Amino acid sequence: MKPKVLILRTAGTNCDVETDAAFQFAGAETALVHIQNLISDKINLTDYQILAIPGGFSYGDDIAAGILLAVEMKHKLTNALNQFVADGKLIIGICNGFQVLVRTGLLPGADTSEMAQRATLAMNTSAKFECRWIDLETQESPCVFTKGIKAHVYLPVAHAEGRFTAPADVLSELETNNQVVFRYAESGYPSNPNGSDADIAGICDTTGRIFGLMPHPERFLMKWNHPRWTRLVETQNTDSEEGDGLVIFKNAVNYVKANL
Amino acid sequence: MSSTVKEIEILTVDDAELMRISREGTLSLNLNEMKAIQSHFGALGRNPTDVEIETIAQTWSEHCVHKTFKSIILYSEGEEEPEQIDGLFPTYIQRATEEIAKPWCVSVFSDNAGIIEFDETFNLVFKVETHNHPSAIEPYGGAGTGIGGVIRDSLGTGLGAKPILNTDVFCFGMPDTPYAQLPKGTLHPKRVFKGVVAGVRDYGNRMGIPTANGAILFDSRYTANPLVFCGNVGLIPRNRCDKSVEPGDLVVAIGGQTGRDGIHGATFSSAELDDTSESLGSVVQIGNPIMEKKIVDALLQARDRNLYRSITDCGAGGFSSAVGEMGEHVGAEVHLERVSLKYEGLAPWEIWLSEAQERMVIAVPSENIDELMEICEAEVVEATVLGTFTDTHRLQVFYEGAIVADLEMEFLHNGLPKPVKQAVWSPSKHLDMASRDEETENYTDDLKQLLASPNIASKESIIRQYDHGVQGGIVINPLVGAENDGPSDACVVTPVIGSRTGVIVANGINPKYSDVDPYLSAAAAIDEALRNIIAVGGTLEKTALLDNFCWGNPDKPDRLGELVRAAKACYDIATAYGTPFISGKDSLYNEYSDTTTGEQRAIPSTLLISAICVMPDIQRAVTMDAKAPGNLIYVVGNTYAELGGSHYFDIHGFIGNNAPAIQPDEAKLTMERLSSAINSGLVRSCHDCSEGGIGVAAAEMAFSGGYGMSLDISDIPTGDGIIADDYLLFSESNSRFIVEIEPQHRQAYENHMAGIPIGCLGTVTNTREFVITGKNNHRIVDTPINILKSAWQEPLLFN
Repeated sequence: MKPKVLILRTAGTNCDVETDAAFQFAGAETALVHIQNLISDKINLTDYQILAIPGGFSYGDDIAAGILLAVEMKHKLTNALNQFVADGKLIIGICNGFQVLVRTGLLPGADTSEMAQRATLAMNTSAKFECRWIDLETQESPCVFTKGIKAHVYLPVAHAEGRFTAPADVLSELETNNQVVFRYAESGYPSNPNGSDADIAGICDTTGRIFGLMPHPERFLMKWNHPRWTRLVETQNTDSEEGDGLVIFKNAVNYVKANL
Repeated sequence: MSSTVKEIEILTVDDAELMRISREGTLSLNLNEMKAIQSHFGALGRNPTDVEIETIAQTWSEHCVHKTFKSIILYSEGEEEPEQIDGLFPTYIQRATEEIAKPWCVSVFSDNAGIIEFDETFNLVFKVETHNHPSAIEPYGGAGTGIGGVIRDSLGTGLGAKPILNTDVFCFGMPDTPYAQLPKGTLHPKRVFKGVVAGVRDYGNRMGIPTANGAILFDSRYTANPLVFCGNVGLIPRNRCDKSVEPGDLVVAIGGQTGRDGIHGATFSSAELDDTSESLGSVVQIGNPIMEKKIVDALLQARDRNLYRSITDCGAGGFSSAVGEMGEHVGAEVHLERVSLKYEGLAPWEIWLSEAQERMVIAVPSENIDELMEICEAEVVEATVLGTFTDTHRLQVFYEGAIVADLEMEFLHNGLPKPVKQAVWSPSKHLDMASRDEETENYTDDLKQLLASPNIASKESIIRQYDHGVQGGIVINPLVGAENDGPSDACVVTPVIGSRTGVIVANGINPKYSDVDPYLSAAAAIDEALRNIIAVGGTLEKTALLDNFCWGNPDKPDRLGELVRAAKACYDIATAYGTPFISGKDSLYNEYSDTTTGEQRAIPSTLLISAICVMPDIQRAVTMDAKAPGNLIYVVGNTYAELGGSHYFDIHGFIGNNAPAIQPDEAKLTMERLSSAINSGLVRSCHDCSEGGIGVAAAEMAFSGGYGMSLDISDIPTGDGIIADDYLLFSESNSRFIVEIEPQHRQAYENHMAGIPIGCLGTVTNTREFVITGKNNHRIVDTPINILKSAWQEPLLFN
């Protein structure tokens, strides 16, 4: 049976179609679901093994990026979410989805079961929205989404609020638990495009089953999405059409097949 | 009659009073039009209501009906007998498309956007609009609602297309304009620039539509009248391209609530601006991209379930034009008290005319209304039944039970008197500039100055603020090269992820040539748009065009003469290349007057040509950045002594008289051959030669690729014995490209291009030096590429 992915939508979600394509290419069965349908119990989260929160500007990012959707999830889907996590299922949040996961407290996660926000994604130090491709360094981590991924990954970012920052104790806990999944390969603008603490681009919870990142792996499903593919002779000469972002979604699907 | 509705006394008044009513009501109707209304109501034996006269003014506005392009024009050049033109649009634009007769044109000029075939499942829609007047007064809101409006055009085409790509072209005053020189009541060009970029950025990014193509131009004449062109491409299933309205269908409004914002937008933009226009704040709309995204989410589901028969957007004129247009061939009845309002206190005519954003009108068979409402509820979008389409052939508007407008559709849509307009054109004479070869042996500084001129300089600081990658389909970015910062000629996207079928979008615009001859400016705009398409791997065979004219006041015969020249070129060049127009728009009256000094300013006559091409296999795409040392650099196409309106003349303070012309037969063959060489995999990179000529194009290729070049200009193919070094380097002749060929493909490439003027100028080098040797065998350009690159990158970093 194909693993089932629920791709959560609400007003202002806008990377849902490519996230959907990513999971389909990875071999999953997908459903694009408006949060109203979860709140009204028309659709049950328990029927799915992976929850994906795509990028976009949920509710216009009014107040701050992702905060309104996070509040809605925390207060209206409390039990369903807790159950989903307790069942050992997978959650990925990309860009706005990462912002949502951090604001719900699901990332970086705490030792108490109560969802409390412990980090944030603040305004870029450049003070503006920027779209560019960046080099990422893969870290040693328990993250199931990045298993076996290349040591260096090249992905696009496109955001105004992506500066990961947290109190010193939270940051050191992240390091101790190996929860940092991706770092920007070099410090300093524009390699670290937003000024994140410790060059953090993506983190997971301690189990490695909840993953959030600012870069967009779902925008690199095909090799010709690479901004320099016309220069890369090796890319042009390979028969495979796959882009480097797809492996993240394949890993999730394979994990579900093997474990759930 | 409701007490909130006024009767407008026109039956008994004289001409002066008619014009006072038009002027003071921002109706923008001329005397003939006011008299036509007077006589229509005279025959009915009653005065119009305010709702009626406002409805007519919106429907008849230049903005909505494009009367200049449809009017009869008596056109003369110099002493010649005047030529009668029965409408610029039918004569030069529509006729070109009809004669070219491409089978893949699905719908042209009739819907909110043009439709062409894409693949076996989908078609593409494409539309470009302007939002100039609002952006002059309130840049952020004006530009944001400009992009919002054109997205709704895609959504309102056929039964609704999914927006997949934005393109934006802006024309501003010079960024370094001293404040003391600002015309009264206008904003500084930098302020307009930043506001417009932010407005387009925030709307496009929030909607989740990639903005991957555009251009920004500067000229002091745009200071009081900036131009903001916003374009959108949409993807639509092939079986959702037709619409109809049946009597009995419900008139349903979807989306945002109605307020007082944007009232008189249509008529306001059909008149000149002056130093008091800034006080007209309410004519600018207020945008909310998240609301528009919700509408897209809801409507595309309703479309796929076939719940409605027709759709259009509420743009200029609001409900009055949306319902008026949809019901043109049947009739419609609308109850204004049902409209969902932002706040109380709107008069019926205000509700009817409001250009509040993010509203669509659809025609829903009554049996489908419950299912439609369910979708809207699930997506948290408001939908309201305002009335029904009828079989009365009348537009009937009610407010709290009383009829407040009762107009015959026939009069509303066909009662506009067709004016006869006068147009004259006589070429201006400008000072010409001689070659500077006598006074200088080195053009490195000229090259740097050209690269730094704001029209040519890097737009990276703006481009990066736009999301190009959302929707996951980008193939050729707006920025390309070794460091992702070179200027791509066009963008390529795959609207269906995983498919190799792509869409190329490019643009061409050359207002500087208008100073010499608007015919040449228009011709060059088409040529440039097509060059950009060809340069990334497209073909003439699969390319369609859009025309967007931004002009001064067409009631002035010399301005109209320029428009005639440009329209003639559109016909001549489009038919020569076999590339049809599928949609277009015009924005006239881009003039400014100072009411105290009488000072009058007009923009340079500006035609934007946008081109769209379907590419069967995106793996054939090439980019403009030099790829590897040792590769050969060729010029394709003849260079002529055509520096009139060029940037080279401009930096030395000249306009000149020989603007670039087009040799259509030669040019078409050149583009076809080059296109097939690219699609055969013989070309490693290709860049279109435009502003700044061969010098600028080759430099851009070099520094974008991170390599030097060693070139000799003596092998540039020329059409007219041009020999001066600076003319060869900086002439802006059309239909030319620079290409990079791997040595092993040299023979195959030259064979492929047999009969086409090409010249091998030299090679890409493994140094970082950019060296050009002139006719006397000395170096006329010699500088490191990083110097050229910084000259090009630094000027617009303030944004």
